[in-house]
Amino acid sequence: MSQYKIKLISMIAFVLMIGLGFTGSPYAADDTIVLGAAVSLSGKYSTAGKHTKNGYELAVKRINSMGGVKVGGKSYQFKVTYYDDESNSGRAAQLAERLIKQDGVQYMLGPYSSGLTKAIAPITEENKIPMVEANGASRSLFTKGYKYLFAVLSAANQYLEVAIDLAVEKNGGKPVKIAMAFEQDAFSQDVRLGILDAAKRTGSKIIIDDKLPKELNDMSATLAKVKAVRPDVLVVSGHSKGALTAVRQISEMKVNVPMLAMTHCDSSSLSKQHGKKAEYALCAAQWHKSLSYSDKFFDTASTFDKDFNAEYGYAPPYQAAESAAALLVWKDAFERANSLDKEKVRDALAKTDMQTFYGNIKFNQQGQNIAKPMVLFQVRCTGDSCENKVVAPTKWASSKLVHPVPKWSER
Amino acid sequence: MVQASIDGVLLGILFALIAYGMALQWGVMSIINIAQGELVILGGYVAYYMYTAGIHPIFGVIVSPIVMYFLGLLLYKTIINKVINRDLFFSILATFGISILAQQLMNILFGSDVVVAQSNLGTTFLFDDSVSLPNAKILSAAVGTLVAIVLVIYMKKSKLGRAIRATAQNARAAKILGVDTDKVYSSIFGINAALCGIAGALISITFTLHPYVGLPYTVRSFMIVIVAGLGNLPAVALSGMGLGVFEEFADYIFGTEFRIGAVFLLLVFVLVYRRFKLSRKREYLK
Repeated sequence: MSQYKIKLISMIAFVLMIGLGFTGSPYAADDTIVLGAAVSLSGKYSTAGKHTKNGYELAVKRINSMGGVKVGGKSYQFKVTYYDDESNSGRAAQLAERLIKQDGVQYMLGPYSSGLTKAIAPITEENKIPMVEANGASRSLFTKGYKYLFAVLSAANQYLEVAIDLAVEKNGGKPVKIAMAFEQDAFSQDVRLGILDAAKRTGSKIIIDDKLPKELNDMSATLAKVKAVRPDVLVVSGHSKGALTAVRQISEMKVNVPMLAMTHCDSSSLSKQHGKKAEYALCAAQWHKSLSYSDKFFDTASTFDKDFNAEYGYAPPYQAAESAAALLVWKDAFERANSLDKEKVRDALAKTDMQTFYGNIKFNQQGQNIAKPMVLFQVRCTGDSCENKVVAPTKWASSKLVHPVPKWSER
Repeated sequence: MVQASIDGVLLGILFALIAYGMALQWGVMSIINIAQGELVILGGYVAYYMYTAGIHPIFGVIVSPIVMYFLGLLLYKTIINKVINRDLFFSILATFGISILAQQLMNILFGSDVVVAQSNLGTTFLFDDSVSLPNAKILSAAVGTLVAIVLVIYMKKSKLGRAIRATAQNARAAKILGVDTDKVYSSIFGINAALCGIAGALISITFTLHPYVGLPYTVRSFMIVIVAGLGNLPAVALSGMGLGVFEEFADYIFGTEFRIGAVFLLLVFVLVYRRFKLSRKREYLK
């Protein structure tokens, strides 16, 4: 046999071996329940993807060590099969197919970001595989009539509505002038729709409505307009890059607005990177460690914060918290269904009504969590160290909103 | 209006810096470097890491080009010298590969978080506060201008500068006359990387850094070089500033969403116009 043939054969054997390695992990072998997840471990979402995975893992460990999932008098352990979707929606869809068709996964966890969740949802839906997702907030996920999709987080359009209400309240109930700049992606545009609704509801006027490009690195033109027309509220949403660019240029150009509301302040570590320049910025968040929700696995939000920190060495952003909550929802649904049948589990998921450290969870017909409000925090500094303090809704506020934001000349 | 024009000029000088490196490579080596933007971002990260180590990021303007120069040499020795005498297509493919590789490596090494370096340089206000100029931007423009002037003189006076110009005119003739063209090429690649390093350091204090934001810089420098022509530094500087002003105005008048679109539209117009001019020239020849 020639050298070439031997090489060829060994290569084929190798490929076959890999192929075999990937198949044949049954969805509920003996005493484990396997959940599938495509998470971004490389590419542009890799940081957020890591938070997502860490959140899942911490919850899996916690649930398993506290007796696992009890179905039909038997105790099962959770196990998650991960693939790296490379932050690419095409890849995410392929991996979802692979998890379902090759690996035989019957229950799914969501990926990171609205875009990737949108890519996966049609596939889980077609295969009637229930998916509990924790990181896709786009409103369009909940308008397609999906029956197997459940989201533990609040939808994107709810992110900054509260800020407009707050501005109107501070303005003595009178309508306000709104300036806004949103990136052109699914998530930010949904946040924009929420603001449009809020403006209509309160009779407020939108005087600047800019769309920021994906390659955004400069918004000085928008800010020059803001300076000229003096709105009551400036709303910015463009992921981490948008938040960092906005704060940098607002402080450089000394733009005075009574209220600045943004998203992605904690994932961009705004208060750490920009320090005092970021002070008084209002930020929307799904969760905050000072909230008073609790459950029996993680106890309160603040103990989750501590446990996560001990395990992974950094404070959990809300992406990690909501991901952990997704596992609690799964456990609860399995036990109420008292079955491993995916249809029965789906029906149990639809009836979920529980409290977790992350917040209350109850799904509407579209699978959207309607029991948990968004929180707004404000960056506050003492000396040089800055912290995020919850200021709305008032029920959970740990500190008072500073309004209007002091002028740059007075800081 | 005044604000937009001044912002545009300041931005344009930064672009021109990046574009000049591209024009050099293109003109002398016939290489279109798709990885230009990634080199810029890499240079920015050098400044950012100096900042996190407690050094003022402004010194990145000095350190970053040195680091990047050697990185440029390394890239030339390992990859570029293999494609230099081949078709233009090979070099585009090769630099495209470098660009993807650089993005992913930066993502692994530095993480996908968006970062900024704080210069705390303050802001200058003109005309009764109606125009605000961040000092960081003014500084970038000043450094950019200074580097451009130094380069023009260097190209005119120094031995290497003369060798570069000779190689650009006719590489074979230059080689016959004793110019070490390989050395010329490698130093051009190094100089280009150093220029990107300076630009990157300036970007780290004026804008934001992220492993995947290199492409817009590549596109803009490509655009500037096409408008200005190869190897003509004053034209590159002018065309850079022109593009900067054009962008700011497009942003101010049509809205931010049309900013990049306007750049591409301009690119199309310029290409069509050039073709038109070229076809008229051809008619004369007939």
